[in-house]
Amino acid sequence: MSDGPTHGAKSFRLPISGRLLVISVPYFWLLLFLLLPMLIVLEISFSEARIGIPPYQPILQFVENRYLEIKLNFGNYNYLFTDDIYVSAYFNSVKVAFFSTILCLLIGYPMAYGIARSEPGQRTVLLMMVIMPFWTSFLIRIYAWIGILKENGIFNNLLLAVGLIHQPIAILNTPAAVYIGMVYGYLPFMILPLYTNLEKLDGSLLEAAADLGARPWKTFLEVTLPLSMPGVLAGSLLVFIPACGEYVIPSLLGGPNTYMIGTQIAGEFFLNHDWPVASAVAIALLVILLLPIVWYQRLEARNRGGAG
Amino acid sequence: MNGKTSIFRLLTLGFGYGFLYLPIVSVVIYSFNASAMVTVWGGFSTHWYGALFQDQQVLNALGLSLEVAFLSATIALVMGTLAGYVLARFGVFSGRTLFSGMVTAPLVVPEVIGAIATLLLFVDMKELIGWPSSRGAGALAVAHAAYTLSYGAVVVQSRLADMDRSVEEAAQDLGARPWKVFMVITLPIISPALVSGWLLAFSLSLDDVVTSAFVAGPGATTLPLYVFASVKLGVKPEINAIGTIIVAVVATATIISGVWVTHRERSRMRSVNKLREEELQAIGSLTAA
Repeated sequence: MSDGPTHGAKSFRLPISGRLLVISVPYFWLLLFLLLPMLIVLEISFSEARIGIPPYQPILQFVENRYLEIKLNFGNYNYLFTDDIYVSAYFNSVKVAFFSTILCLLIGYPMAYGIARSEPGQRTVLLMMVIMPFWTSFLIRIYAWIGILKENGIFNNLLLAVGLIHQPIAILNTPAAVYIGMVYGYLPFMILPLYTNLEKLDGSLLEAAADLGARPWKTFLEVTLPLSMPGVLAGSLLVFIPACGEYVIPSLLGGPNTYMIGTQIAGEFFLNHDWPVASAVAIALLVILLLPIVWYQRLEARNRGGAG
Repeated sequence: MNGKTSIFRLLTLGFGYGFLYLPIVSVVIYSFNASAMVTVWGGFSTHWYGALFQDQQVLNALGLSLEVAFLSATIALVMGTLAGYVLARFGVFSGRTLFSGMVTAPLVVPEVIGAIATLLLFVDMKELIGWPSSRGAGALAVAHAAYTLSYGAVVVQSRLADMDRSVEEAAQDLGARPWKVFMVITLPIISPALVSGWLLAFSLSLDDVVTSAFVAGPGATTLPLYVFASVKLGVKPEINAIGTIIVAVVATATIISGVWVTHRERSRMRSVNKLREEELQAIGSLTAA
């Protein structure tokens, strides 16, 4: 990262008006299409539902053309905390996201480690093979699991043929299918930051540990693992945060009783047409994720600062 | 590395890659299945591909998806490049924290939240200015671009941070105006980053389900929305054919870019090695003298 003083010295290359223009175009765009929409969601989450277009009561109103009246309705939030379905949907989303993250870590760490320890030529190919599914349609890849997991699907047929089971087992439309989909969908997000971290690991440290008589397992626990913690953290957040709000995986692989926040927002919006409650659900999800999101942004900023 | 660890490594990599590729392989295999029963093998056939290219609904959806992806990737590229440039080059300005927060937020905020927010914005905008009236291709492109521009911005920002500034400074010292420096020097140097940023935004838009599901007006059915709706009703052989075509396109592009990157890296390595040799020779001649 180039440091403060040079920044200052180089900033005045653009005449002030040009600089202002270059800043204001993307700034205006971001305010209009990112910040303003979030404020609208916040506003609607405090409004009352009504039958009409739009299906909510504006919270700001001019009374007798003179007074600006603000009516805040906390009922939607109150509803979230008292309604069983919402409480369990939040709890379930966080639970599924948490255990999916752990599973991704358990599968992703050895893979990232294995790739980082490969010869440079192989490494590029192995890495490409992690990235390729990521570029392939997410939807199609999740859809593929329906054919694998369903009652007369590939997995059951295989188990039947081998003789491990005598009757097809129900996996599709159960929590197990959601976990499989989650781990599958987000595994590359875990492997890539871990790999970036492990690749930079100084091999001489491992040699030094080995020379001093440490067993490989001990070297791993006391040298490799602590040094790779930034990668573990980045990967975990990259899996956990989107997994909390995941919509496609639970709606395709989970059954009707899989309550997750992502599907709940869509249901409230499209089936119940209750925009205020849907907005409140979204805001509540954002609040839950605020801590990990800010944490991740800090981490990113620090990494970028250190690398550049 | 002893034998035990390399066996362990082979096992984990084998399991991991098997897990990553099993679904993709199954889609490809069953796309050539003659039987309409998705999991019963009825012999080899390309029947479903033929059916796909005669299905007007699929073709319309594909056309809309490509249009939206092209538009949104282009908007995201322009806005993302500006945002990345501002972040990399403009140092501190008032409102920078908010600006960089807004640029990176889409990378971390779950997509459902952004999707519902964009839809609510469009509903309000329609009341106020009459656009987007039917939430078709244009509205979808803007909705996608709002979230994909972050990827472009991050790619451009990091490329600009790595870039050698002396060329720009030389051009400026020779009297080139800032705009000209940007167009003639900076833009060509960062063009690989621009290409990958555009491609990333294009493929993210082409694959998007969540934002489109919320934002798209009636009638604006993109290919993923079509797939999503038909998959909910059950597995269909045509979907396997669509998936296989996507896999084929992506695999080709990945292999081409992979070969290109390796090639570039090799030639860079070669030039680095040459420099090192020259350096060594220079040091050698110095010590000899």
